[in-house]
Amino acid sequence: MLRIGNYTFESRLLLGTGKFSDLEVQSQAVEASGTEVLTFAVRRLNLEDRNKQHFLDTLDLKRYTLLPNTAGASTAEEAVRIAELARASGLCDMIKVEVIGDGITLLPDPIETYKACEILLEKGFTVLPYISDDVILAKRLQLLGVHAVMPGASPIGAGRGIINPYNLEIIIEQAVVPVIVDAGLRAPKDAAHAMELGADGVLLNTAVSGSGDPVKMAKAMRMGVEAGRLAYEAGMIPVKRYAAASSPVEGMVHT
Amino acid sequence: MNIIVNGQTMQIEDSIDRVDKLLHSFNLQVKTVVVELNRQILTREYHETTAIRDGDRIEIVHFVGGG
Repeated sequence: MLRIGNYTFESRLLLGTGKFSDLEVQSQAVEASGTEVLTFAVRRLNLEDRNKQHFLDTLDLKRYTLLPNTAGASTAEEAVRIAELARASGLCDMIKVEVIGDGITLLPDPIETYKACEILLEKGFTVLPYISDDVILAKRLQLLGVHAVMPGASPIGAGRGIINPYNLEIIIEQAVVPVIVDAGLRAPKDAAHAMELGADGVLLNTAVSGSGDPVKMAKAMRMGVEAGRLAYEAGMIPVKRYAAASSPVEGMVHT
Repeated sequence: MNIIVNGQTMQIEDSIDRVDKLLHSFNLQVKTVVVELNRQILTREYHETTAIRDGDRIEIVHFVGGG
């Protein structure tokens, strides 16, 4: 059970809704992923193309919790404005604080992210900041009172998996709120890896929407998350330097 | 009158003098939109009681696919 603020979820996979080529495929992928949390971006309505069908309109909103992001913001002020617009929809009070500090790496700006979280917490939002794998920033944000921290595995859409498992492990070890590994995942092994480290969930988008078969990949990611979580709960064997036989060493037939 | 919607200047009939009328005139298919009038967010219950005046700046936003 994943608890974020006042919300509880069975599924530990959060799914982004960007860059799907086809609404039907997207619906099936969402279904196959088993997710209960879907992220969205907030954008101006295109008045030239106002009859275009949008994924949100096809959703049964009773089944999903929406996690709008503040993508597009490069300052705390912009992030707060987007968050308030999102909440005014009446559909959600959760917000993924995403304040990008660099156009090449799309890494989050820690200072603006921190400022935005401070304001959004005062305004009563359920706050989930997307951060780089910075141990101290994760700590400081938790002291502020954020409801989860979402460190990146590697840059958004890069598909490089977990670059710094050491930092993620420390963040997870020290966390007093859920840790959702967000961004940079590519394969089910990456999702499983995050969960084996003890993450409470993973958030991914491009890994599914950009894959050859998003429906199959959504299922694969679901299985990866579930497998990794089970392994973490089971407790894995310690890593040894040398071999340790699994067959008995007594009663060998040739001795 | 002239108003600015999502950054674009447009001319509307003087009879479209309230936010709900403006949204209706666009014949939107999207179920959920959020309106901002001169940087003030208007939740749905204020659409019918909020007047539109010449020169107003209006933002109409919605949720799109994102990660």
